Amino acid sequence: MNVGVIVFPGSNCDHDAYHVARHVFGLRARFVWHKETALSDLDLVIVPGGFSYGDYLRAGAVARFSPIMERVVAFAEAGGLVLGICNGFQVLCESGLLPGALLRNASLRFACKWVHLRVENADTPFTNQLQPGQVLRIPIAHGEGNYFASEETLDMLEANRRVAFRYAAADGTLNAASNPNGSLHAIAGIINAQGNVLGMMPHPERCAESILGGTDGAHIFRSLMAHAAHRLAAGHI
Amino acid sequence: MYKAVITVTLRPSILDPQGKAAQHALATLGFEAIARVRVGKFVEMWINEESADAAYIAATAACEKLLANPVMENFHVEVAKVSDAG
Repeated sequence: MNVGVIVFPGSNCDHDAYHVARHVFGLRARFVWHKETALSDLDLVIVPGGFSYGDYLRAGAVARFSPIMERVVAFAEAGGLVLGICNGFQVLCESGLLPGALLRNASLRFACKWVHLRVENADTPFTNQLQPGQVLRIPIAHGEGNYFASEETLDMLEANRRVAFRYAAADGTLNAASNPNGSLHAIAGIINAQGNVLGMMPHPERCAESILGGTDGAHIFRSLMAHAAHRLAAGHI
Repeated sequence: MYKAVITVTLRPSILDPQGKAAQHALATLGFEAIARVRVGKFVEMWINEESADAAYIAATAACEKLLANPVMENFHVEVAKVSDAG
């Protein structure tokens, strides 16, 4: 599997994502500078966390118009896998690949801590090595992670099983105390209609090795590798 | 040369924790009559167009494309003729 990690001015989780892809899982990986325009060699594009363009105007608003994002949108529409993490999720929402928006945390505080996520849909390229209802422990680090969408959009997401992860307690129950940012429906991550784009606020690339205090993030990378291997076996690549 | 004055505000249905925090702080300072505060953005731009209509259209397009996110924000544009970009 060939992995590309987009680098905007202000990205700061790009090396973490590259490290996990290349050194933890032995995948072919390269950085993709925001002024590049070629992605055709890639199977997976990671839009990483950080503060692209200083988060000016709104988080992700300026990055969305960088030359590479036009290519990322085309790549996604052609079925390529796209994983947006944290600021990457914000960029994917701004670019229209995912619905909704990430507002200021309800607490007004930057939230940097470990949270628990409940797996809502284990039938995606990003979650196929997980079980529905399984609880993951993954860190968050954001000031604008408060997922918002209209009632109609939320109904559509729920009806089509497009909520991939919800913030939950360690035992998987949903309650206000385990929602770190005020997200509607406790949404931590959603997929697009085709299922090949995932945006999530938590950071799986920060917990894919035991030395970092947790390995639950590795499941997402393993799922992507299993998906790619399955497609290869089926002759799709 | 025209100057556009743009305000971008959170849509009324969206909670504004920043406004709420400001209102709480103002109440603490004795501004008890201030019952509700909403915080938005203010943008000025100077536009090389020949008419107020053309300047308004340019500023509105800028809001729709970049300055406001229709999922969460409304915007309001006002245009006036000015002598230069100072």
